[in-house]
Amino acid sequence: MMYRSLFPRDWLAELDRLQRDVQNSFQFSPSIRGIARGGFPAMNVGGTPQSVEIFAFAPGIDPATLDVQIEKGVLTVAGERQRQHAGPEATLHIDERFEGRFRRVVTLPDDIDPNAVDAKYRDGVLRISIGRKQSAQPRRITVQ
Amino acid sequence: MSDNTAARKPTANDETALLPPVDVIEDASGITLYADLPGVPKDKLHLHVEADTLTIEGDIDLEMPEGTVASHVEVSLPRYRRVFTLSKELDSSKVSAEFSQGVLKLGIPKAEHAQPRKVEVKVL
Repeated sequence: MMYRSLFPRDWLAELDRLQRDVQNSFQFSPSIRGIARGGFPAMNVGGTPQSVEIFAFAPGIDPATLDVQIEKGVLTVAGERQRQHAGPEATLHIDERFEGRFRRVVTLPDDIDPNAVDAKYRDGVLRISIGRKQSAQPRRITVQ
Repeated sequence: MSDNTAARKPTANDETALLPPVDVIEDASGITLYADLPGVPKDKLHLHVEADTLTIEGDIDLEMPEGTVASHVEVSLPRYRRVFTLSKELDSSKVSAEFSQGVLKLGIPKAEHAQPRKVEVKVL
């Protein structure tokens, strides 16, 4: 579980974690690829008739180290987030931020065009925009 | 320094907000706080230090094409907020802040009088 606090005195973060755990355990139809919620990076997925929009909330990562792949209709976002180095004399009071390697997988709809992909990283959010195939666009058929 | 988000007095813009994850590290010179605020542009990040209260607030601004219909949502609110109570030995007038790629780094130094000192023992 991400964002688990090691420090019990930070009760608000504990409450937050508890809420997340309860939410996860009550998710009756988890995705075939594991728990859909609570991973890093958090993801929002949406779509328009022309494109599929995926937002991955992955702050503090060098965009060059992000690995984004589309294979057989599955989008994979992988990378690593390094720990902020603390001196040997330092005390860690709250430790909630994610660190280490991550990988998240999203199943894409059938009508996407794997060649029309655009990925941007801004303000710590990776936005992947995938176009839908022209043949899948809604068309008006004129009646002769 | 303690987390005080819930105990805060309600204000005018007291809407529900996301609780950003933080790391708090203390060393001899002061406290360093890292907060994850992805999606917040620099001009929509608000930091307030009032008496002994530190408030971190930020509004998420995502470029979304017209008519986007959400199908899976994990970040469900457009705002982050977290409130901390600073302790007396911290110098709230000298807070330094850096914000890049959605990560906020705050440096709160300890007041001069609270810096650790070595007490010399004189041998008579």
